[in-house]
Amino acid sequence: MRQFSKLVFASAIALAAGMGIAQAQGSLTVAMQLEPPHLDPTSAAAGAIDSVTYSNIFEGLTRFMGDGSVVPGLAESWEISDDGLTYTFKLHDGVKFHDGTTMDAEDVKFSLDRARAEDSANAQKALFAGITDVTVVDPLTVKVTLSEPNGNFLFNLAWGDAVIVAPESIENIKTNPIGTGAFKFSDWVQGDKIDIVRNPDYWGTPAILESATFKFISDPTAAFAAVMAEDVDVFTGFPAPENLPQFEADPRFQVLVGSTEGETILAINNKQPPFDQLKVREALAHAIDRQAIIDGAMFGYGTPIGTHFAPHNPAYVDLTGMSAYDPELSKKLLAEAGFPDGFETTLYLPPPSYARRGGEIIAAQLAEVGIKAEIINVEWAQWLESVFRGKNFGLTIVSHTEPMDIGIYARPDYYFQYDNPDFQGLMKRLNETTDPDQRTMLLQNAQRMISDDYVNGYLFQLAALTVAKVGVQGLWANAPTQATDLTAVSWAK
Amino acid sequence: MNRNLILGLFLSSLVLLAALVSFVWTPFPHTTMNIPQKLQTPNMVHWFGTDHFGRDIFSMIMVGARTSIAVALVAVGIGMAIGVPLGLLAAARRGGWTDEIIMRANDLVFAFPSLVIAILITAVFGAGAINAIIAIGIFNIPVFARITRGAALSLWEREFILAARVAGKSGARISLEHILPNVMNLLIVQGTIQFSLGILAEAGLSYVGLGAQPPTPSWGRMLADAQTMVSFAPHLALIPGMAIILTVLGLNLMGDGLRDLLDPRLRVRRS
Repeated sequence: MRQFSKLVFASAIALAAGMGIAQAQGSLTVAMQLEPPHLDPTSAAAGAIDSVTYSNIFEGLTRFMGDGSVVPGLAESWEISDDGLTYTFKLHDGVKFHDGTTMDAEDVKFSLDRARAEDSANAQKALFAGITDVTVVDPLTVKVTLSEPNGNFLFNLAWGDAVIVAPESIENIKTNPIGTGAFKFSDWVQGDKIDIVRNPDYWGTPAILESATFKFISDPTAAFAAVMAEDVDVFTGFPAPENLPQFEADPRFQVLVGSTEGETILAINNKQPPFDQLKVREALAHAIDRQAIIDGAMFGYGTPIGTHFAPHNPAYVDLTGMSAYDPELSKKLLAEAGFPDGFETTLYLPPPSYARRGGEIIAAQLAEVGIKAEIINVEWAQWLESVFRGKNFGLTIVSHTEPMDIGIYARPDYYFQYDNPDFQGLMKRLNETTDPDQRTMLLQNAQRMISDDYVNGYLFQLAALTVAKVGVQGLWANAPTQATDLTAVSWAK
Repeated sequence: MNRNLILGLFLSSLVLLAALVSFVWTPFPHTTMNIPQKLQTPNMVHWFGTDHFGRDIFSMIMVGARTSIAVALVAVGIGMAIGVPLGLLAAARRGGWTDEIIMRANDLVFAFPSLVIAILITAVFGAGAINAIIAIGIFNIPVFARITRGAALSLWEREFILAARVAGKSGARISLEHILPNVMNLLIVQGTIQFSLGILAEAGLSYVGLGAQPPTPSWGRMLADAQTMVSFAPHLALIPGMAIILTVLGLNLMGDGLRDLLDPRLRVRRS
């Protein structure tokens, strides 16, 4: 009898445990710091939108994988004409939007034409600038014509800004996004969370999770508490690197450390005196001790960079030696530039800890060579207003998280105001080049050029820090684009 | 001398001493970072340990005392400099429209929670020690205006004031020569209490990032910086927290003690 009751007890536990797993298998709560302003990735720059929608709700003709490679998305295959000017995309058959309408060539034409239109609100209009015509050949074939060959075209189409949307649902896309992805938008409690549910009619490999919730927790202390209390299953872009050793030591959690496309830079206003002098910018670069910033602000997470390029990219050139920490050289250069006693400037710091903490360290390092940088802490809205749009700053720290964004240096009106016709010419040549070796060479020249010009202070590549409960599998460790792709995520059995 | 006063004086002068000494000496330069030496617990070299940038916490606490005292002192000064004359004027014109306008305007400022005003001011005019001083100073004005007017009103009914009026002194002269000296005790006691509130307000403002800006150390910002590290380096938060508590406690004890000492009526009632 005693044996029997033991058996009953054991099986009851097994049953309960089994049920627990079965329940958990259904849903996942993913926390992140920033809440999207709305849910239309095709009309705003906010990366938080893609963090929720990319690949989960919306898909493009091509897509990024977790390792950064570009693979077919809604386009099953494509043919490129010999002159590199015409791309003929063959679309997947039987793809339906979440509202039941069919995704066909008309929707592709609508989406691309909308993105490249004169009055387009797309944040990355430059991605579509080369398109001269989009023609519907038949419902599953679409032909895109470019004005000149563009070796990056398939890569460009993988961006969250290039996803396919439907004319039927475009009106309410900001609050009720209708895409073709493996998850459907379900609910949004503003200031708190967004729910998505599995799309049973998905055209490809369906999602494993029944549903998922994105929670928005901006405060680093609250983020730590939420993970520790197991209120959330995953935290992507964990804001307090100092807490990661505790999670690593805790058997309940796993910590994923990957790379992002985030080049964290000390941006310099190249048009504001004295930063219009090359010698001053060079002095600035030598005054900065990158390793101290990585250790002090990021608690060791981050890879030093010497130019505006991701170290995990095969075309990366290590140019950190160009701006090695050398305060004596820095002082000498300042004296040569006519500032033997240094000068005063402003240092605008947005909220993330890489900026706030990094800024304090940089201000202290600059003070060593005589540059007095007044720290001005700002919120993102104020940063966008006065720094990014107003260009009213001396120095600022920000992480540029867009993939392959060295092209921003060819935009003289971009906030750090680097205006070099040689570089602009180089970028033009790069766009016209499809040969991979040629492209690598041009990209490396571009990296060297901005490093030689000391356009900005290049600090480190932001690490992708994810904390998850043990058992969550299929998460992206790296962040090749702003995304939280949940389509392959599941709980270990 | 009572025990409260002695303990209060001791704690307050300790803080004042730390602030004064920090002008000429701190164990380490308070802004010097030494990142390889970060997050040390208190030890023989760094008496209070080091923070996340490897800065010496003892030195930062000393210089932070300076920040706290400077902000609170000037803020209370502003409150007194504006509030006391307003209170005297209102009492001199008691019942008239001047009195009414001054006191209602004070009510208006008083009605706002003080920290909310401070946040409003620093949010509009920018974060920084100067704006924090102005913000804390402004909500000190009605406190001093009210207390001055209240005490002055009862004085105006006294015979010695009547004598002064008969002697032909003007309202302004009476206020300065007879009323002010007689409310001074009260103002000193209230000033001490307001000073401790000012230190709390400064810590609160810099905790939310609206007080003194880095690299100027401030107890409130040290607390804020320590927030995510409490779980593995509790001394980062405990030390500035204790500094704030002991300072405020000291000033309050001193205020209580001073009141017992300076206000004869209270002393009689107690004994």
